[in-house]
Amino acid sequence: MHAGRLLAMRLLQVVPIIVVATFVVFGLLHLTPGDPAMMLAGDNPTPQHVAEIRHLYGLDRPFLDQYGLWLWHAAHGDLSQSLLTRAPVSSLILQRLPNTLLIVALALVLGLGFGIPLGIAAAVRNGSAVDQALTSAASLGVALPSFWLAMILVTVFALDLNWFPASGAASLLGAPLDALRHAALPAIALAGSTVAEVARQLRSALIEVLGTQYIRTLRAKGLSPTRILWKHGLKNVAVTLLTVTGLMVNRLLGATVVIEAVFAIPGTGSLISYSAINKDFPVVQGVVFVLVIGVILTNLLVDLVAAALDPRVSRA
Amino acid sequence: MPGRAFLPRQDPLLEPIGTDVPLLSVRGLGIGFDGTPAVADVSFDIHARETVGLVGESGCGKSVTGLAIMGLLPPRAVQVSGSVRLAGQELLGLPDRAMRRVRGRRIGMIFQEPMSALDPVFTIGEQITETLVAHIRLSAAQARERAVAALADVGIAQPRERLDSYPHQLSGGMRQRVMIAIALACEPELLIADEPTTALDVTVQGQILDLLQDCSARLGTALLLITHDLGVVAESCARVLTMYAGQVVETAQVGRALAHPRHPYTSGLLRSLPRLGTPGQRLQSIGGRVPPPWDMPPGCRFAPRCQHVEPRCALPQALEPDSRGAVRCCRHGELALPGAFG
Repeated sequence: MHAGRLLAMRLLQVVPIIVVATFVVFGLLHLTPGDPAMMLAGDNPTPQHVAEIRHLYGLDRPFLDQYGLWLWHAAHGDLSQSLLTRAPVSSLILQRLPNTLLIVALALVLGLGFGIPLGIAAAVRNGSAVDQALTSAASLGVALPSFWLAMILVTVFALDLNWFPASGAASLLGAPLDALRHAALPAIALAGSTVAEVARQLRSALIEVLGTQYIRTLRAKGLSPTRILWKHGLKNVAVTLLTVTGLMVNRLLGATVVIEAVFAIPGTGSLISYSAINKDFPVVQGVVFVLVIGVILTNLLVDLVAAALDPRVSRA
Repeated sequence: MPGRAFLPRQDPLLEPIGTDVPLLSVRGLGIGFDGTPAVADVSFDIHARETVGLVGESGCGKSVTGLAIMGLLPPRAVQVSGSVRLAGQELLGLPDRAMRRVRGRRIGMIFQEPMSALDPVFTIGEQITETLVAHIRLSAAQARERAVAALADVGIAQPRERLDSYPHQLSGGMRQRVMIAIALACEPELLIADEPTTALDVTVQGQILDLLQDCSARLGTALLLITHDLGVVAESCARVLTMYAGQVVETAQVGRALAHPRHPYTSGLLRSLPRLGTPGQRLQSIGGRVPPPWDMPPGCRFAPRCQHVEPRCALPQALEPDSRGAVRCCRHGELALPGAFG
């Protein structure tokens, strides 16, 4: 399949995925207890006042009508406004997205930067003490909850040692060093399981490749072990590595919801949890909309690069 | 062949090849897996330009013998003993760096499965040129030209265009041709072919065997053809080594071995070859199976399956060399065994 057709097909898939994802989230919000009109009406509201607000925001309409209206506006580039603050949802997201993306990007760099060398080291020493130690540590790392690691990191490095700020964020463009210092602990907390997962996946993929018949052919040709590993071994696991990286990006985007709560970071993760608690439907819908697009674009990018790396994928 | 004169035939660090020194000399080769001996006391010679077949059933140790000569067995799990000399130079125990200059350069090897023996994510051109560049001082352009010539030599049409193909775009027979091109790219002195035609269609098998013979004859490369198929050996080899249960049991000129085998096992292999022109005749087979390495008979290893067994077969048998080759059977002088034409 040519890259152009792959791209077109994937872009067509975006529409139904966004509709399904936002519909499910919309439905879940309606099922949970709470009423935004009550919250907007202030203290001791009269039932009449609540009904007025409900009518004003269209909350008295049938569920499908409300969803359809939101979708209609979103399709025209209007993510509507927050029920609570009346601020446009798009500007709320744009304000907060850089903070979240910085943490995710930093976590990914750490995850790959440590995960790849550890995975390779374990694979080439398959079965040795080094490999067993790394494999056990990785199993532990995958199981480690990021919020627990986050709390330990805050206690030790922020509160006791005072090396990093315990909460908040700074603008990457305005104060880059400060922004990195704020992002460091949340990114490390997120990177823990990423390092473990990348190392585990890379190790097993590389062990499989190094045991293949074509690696034996390369040895029979008189190539050196370094050349076999770094040229042939790595190119053959590149697609696996790429797929794992894509999965990690998606998982990290989801994990920011918890991590941003622990570190009180004004990002999209904390925006979605705060808005969901307060039944601020348009904001939740808007963030889900943006995150789903982010995930789909990540997957698309992974597929395109995989097709470029592996001749069998692009022609299959 | 133009453009090949710059290839030095010999590694200057190695001893010169004497006229009477065999190209490959294997003496008392033993191979054990975690202490269990799988191959014991294998000895044979291959002379320059000679084509030799190594035959036996699956599990008799023939493939492992090929891998041991190449030093491709995992050193931690496998114990190799004895001596393997290439033009007089001992290969066993050679450091990996020195052994790498032998592999691909002085001994080439091709394997049974052409479908999985080539790296799927590199072009075949790259897989040929990297072999050349690993052993010979060549520019990228020179290596590419040599790769084109190597593909043309193995009968691949439009070799220049084919350089940029990936293995999955080629048929099994074409991939085996590419494997041969890779193995012969550096014009080695010896080519080890481990079941090179077993995985191929019958119609392609003959072409690949012819190609192996043509190429090795043209380059002056000796050929060790490992196969379970005596028909293949009959077609393409001058001499045959029969292996059974980790031992060489008979060596002979192919014509003699086919007509007058001296070991009951060689005779049994010949009798179990299907013959055209004799319809309705049941194919003969050797009853029983190869004993596992941990349960070897103390005497003749073939005795449990042999029709001619006698009490003295319970003693260990030595490989007795004579003018016709060598045989590991105490009754070889008194038996008149049927061959391929009997």
